[in-house]
Amino acid sequence: MSKYLIDKFLYTVDRDPDLVERYREDPAGTVAWWEQEMATTILNCISHEKTTWLSFTEEERTALREHDHVTLFQMGAHPFLTLTLFIAMFERDHGPMEYQRAYARAMDHVSMPYPDITT
Amino acid sequence: MAELAAVIASTHHPFYYRASTSTGADRPPFADEWVAKIERFRETLTAAEPDVLVMVGSDHFHQLWLDNMPQFLVGKAPYFDANWYNEEREFGLPKMRLRGEEDLAAHLLRDGLDRDFDLAFSNELRIDHSITCPIITLRPQADLPIVPVYTNIFAPPMPQPRRFVQLGRAIREMVESWPSDKRVAVIGTGHLSLELGGPRQFGEHGPDPEFDRKAVEWIASGDIEGCLAEVTLDSLHSPGNATHGFMDFMLMMGVAGEGRKADHVDTLDLFHTMEAYFTWYPNGVPAAAEVSA
Repeated sequence: MSKYLIDKFLYTVDRDPDLVERYREDPAGTVAWWEQEMATTILNCISHEKTTWLSFTEEERTALREHDHVTLFQMGAHPFLTLTLFIAMFERDHGPMEYQRAYARAMDHVSMPYPDITT
Repeated sequence: MAELAAVIASTHHPFYYRASTSTGADRPPFADEWVAKIERFRETLTAAEPDVLVMVGSDHFHQLWLDNMPQFLVGKAPYFDANWYNEEREFGLPKMRLRGEEDLAAHLLRDGLDRDFDLAFSNELRIDHSITCPIITLRPQADLPIVPVYTNIFAPPMPQPRRFVQLGRAIREMVESWPSDKRVAVIGTGHLSLELGGPRQFGEHGPDPEFDRKAVEWIASGDIEGCLAEVTLDSLHSPGNATHGFMDFMLMMGVAGEGRKADHVDTLDLFHTMEAYFTWYPNGVPAAAEVSA
C-alpha cells in the first residue's frame, strides 16, 4: 500500500482546476489515466525522467474510483488533501457547510487513534 | 542592531477574508464581532511601528511536497507571490504580492545554520494562507517587506515541539543581532485544537475546548515549561487531527520568552475552532498602544 501515491493523486488533482472537474465527472477514467500518465511523473522534473516503481493496489484504485473519502481516511491518506479536494468537487451541490458536516458524519464510526498518515 | 518591535501569535483562519468583506444576507452572524476583535488586534501591530515582518507559517501542500519536504525553511527573494488557485476556490482569497527583505533572510539563514538549525531555503516561494491570513488581518495594506519562515506541522515525521521553541528563541536572538536600524515584528500563526477531514471537523466549537483553554493560558502567561511538559508529538493527535499546528504557537512562545506575559490576549469561539490573538512588546508597550487601549 502506498499512502504516498494516494496523496500524490489527491495533491496533483486538487491543484489543477481541469483535473478537479474531470475527477468529479469521470472518477474511474481519471484514476486510470492518472495512474498511467501521472503516477510516475516526478513533479519537479521533465516528463522524460520517470519513476519506475509506483502503482496503486486494487483497493486504492477502488477507493479513488468510488470517491470514498472514508476508506481513503482509513488507509491513511492525508486528511487535509482529501477534504480540500472533496469540498472542491461536492460542496457546490449542498447548502452552506452542509457537505462538510455530512463528510464528518460519514466518519462517526471512526475511533481514536486515527490511522497513521506518515509517508 | 535591529529592534524587536512586537511579537505576535495568532490563529490563521482562511474564512476571515470572506466573512469580513461579505454584506447583507451573505454576512455571517459572527462577522461583526470577529472584525471588531481583529481591528483591535491590528492596532497592536500598528502601534509597534514595524519596518519589516518575519512571518512564521506552514505551507499546506502548495509548493512544498512529499518528494522534497523541508522541516524549516526561510524564503529569500525580492518578492513573494501569494495564494493559490485552491485557496481562491475554497476561501475566496485574493492573489497578492509581497516584497521580501533579503538582507534579513540572508542573516537568518547564515546565523541559523551557524546555530545548528539546518534551515532549507527558497529563492522562489509562492506563499499561502498561513502567511497571507495574518497579512490580511494585521496589515491589510500589505506594504511591509517580509521574511517568510515555513515550518512543517503538516507532514509527519515532524520535528519535536521543543525544537519549535528552540527555533523561536533563536529567531529572537538573530533578529536582535541583525545589523540594521529597522524595527522588526515577528508574526506567527498556527492553530489551537483543530480537526480537518475527520469525524470531529466543523462542530459547534473547536474539537477540544479544554485543550484550547489550557493552550491560551500557556501562551498568555508564557508558560513554556508547563506547555512542553504536556505537549508531545503523540499528545497533539488527541485534541484534533490538525492540532500539530499548535507547534507554531510554541515557536512564538520561544520568540516571546519564558514567563513573558502577553500584553494583548483575545479569543473568539467560532463554530469549529477557537480563534486566539496574542501580542507581546519586548521593549515595553508603545505609547500609541497605551493611548488606544
